[in-house]
Amino acid sequence: MPPLRVVRRGDVTCMNDLNVFSHEHLQVKIVSESIPIPEERLNKTCFLCSRQARSNMQQYRTDMYEGMIAETITVSGHDGTAVNAYFARPLSSGPFPGVVLIHHAPGWDEWYRETTRKFAHHGYLAISPNIYQQFGHGVPEDVAARVRAAGGVSDDDVVGDMMGSLGYLKSLPQSNGKVGIFGTCSGGRQVFLVACRTKGFDAAVDCWGGRVVMSQQDLTPKYPVAPIDYTRDLSCPLLGLFGEEDQSPSPQQVALHEQELKKYGKTFAFHMYPKAGHGFFYYNRPGYRQEQAVDGWNKVWDFFEKYLETSDKR
Amino acid sequence: MCTGIVENTRVSGCGKGPHGWFILDHAIVAYDHPDHAQAERAVMIDLVNEAAGFESRIAVELTPQSARDLVRAILASLSRGEGDGTRARNQDVQ
Repeated sequence: MPPLRVVRRGDVTCMNDLNVFSHEHLQVKIVSESIPIPEERLNKTCFLCSRQARSNMQQYRTDMYEGMIAETITVSGHDGTAVNAYFARPLSSGPFPGVVLIHHAPGWDEWYRETTRKFAHHGYLAISPNIYQQFGHGVPEDVAARVRAAGGVSDDDVVGDMMGSLGYLKSLPQSNGKVGIFGTCSGGRQVFLVACRTKGFDAAVDCWGGRVVMSQQDLTPKYPVAPIDYTRDLSCPLLGLFGEEDQSPSPQQVALHEQELKKYGKTFAFHMYPKAGHGFFYYNRPGYRQEQAVDGWNKVWDFFEKYLETSDKR
Repeated sequence: MCTGIVENTRVSGCGKGPHGWFILDHAIVAYDHPDHAQAERAVMIDLVNEAAGFESRIAVELTPQSARDLVRAILASLSRGEGDGTRARNQDVQ
């Protein structure tokens, strides 16, 4: 049986007859068709095809070697203090772009360690510093409770921690010189803040960061300026992923942020997902939304590949 | 700290944790995305002995409606136990 030939955006040829299921979702054009496509499959997303068509990365094959190292290290944080960080990278020599991950309000937890390894799996030097270290050690959710009681970690401290991790990634011999920043929840807010207050990051991904828009009475010595007021200074392209049912940030707040980004002519892409609320990537929480999460991750990979010159040298 | 909504208050009493009863002196009440409760948002209450640390805290995450129900139940029990003065004292606290 001859395979189907499918062309997407005129530049990708896919010879895998499994990959024709997604033509509406990916706007795939079927050029020649030798197998009838069942009606029920026409609007379904084929993630294999999606990944292959979107990416410059080589698709994994069962005869490929793949390896990574993942470990706790110590890096410089704010004010030069040493902080623990979880670091993962592919085992080969690269070069690879880097990504700094800012963990969410629940703390420096298992999801963030997994996600750090996920970035390494996709060909990044990935580091997630413990931005709660100044509050002591313990089980992540206990540390997070301590931070909550203390009114959070200050914006200045987070910026300092991120600069330390940025410098660490750029100093590595495997680095291609490009570094992105990624965060969810409060970490999403901090991604935007850091991308505005510093230079050196090449791309930023804010996943449902609340309190980018803040009222005057919400400002505190730890949070003296609403991040949206830094928009003029945004120093790199920004990807934002949000849920329509989220209240922090609410769709109205995201719209305000979008207006501000347009006002200053910034390069950005915001995606507002229907039927999703806060934290729809978190497979271990009730807010997980499978379809939106898969699409969101694909957008993250596309975005970082575009701006960080990701290649497959794993 | 996605919402940043946190209230701190002193409390006086005892709570039972994994290692038995201990003195409580501090409560932190937050409205945020919960870690465990099956809800988008929750009232998260940590009852703490500050000297013992957060490892020995009593933590609850309540859906907003159940938090309101709990508040009503607490006020109702106070009202029945202490009489009409409860409402006035609560207003003083606020």
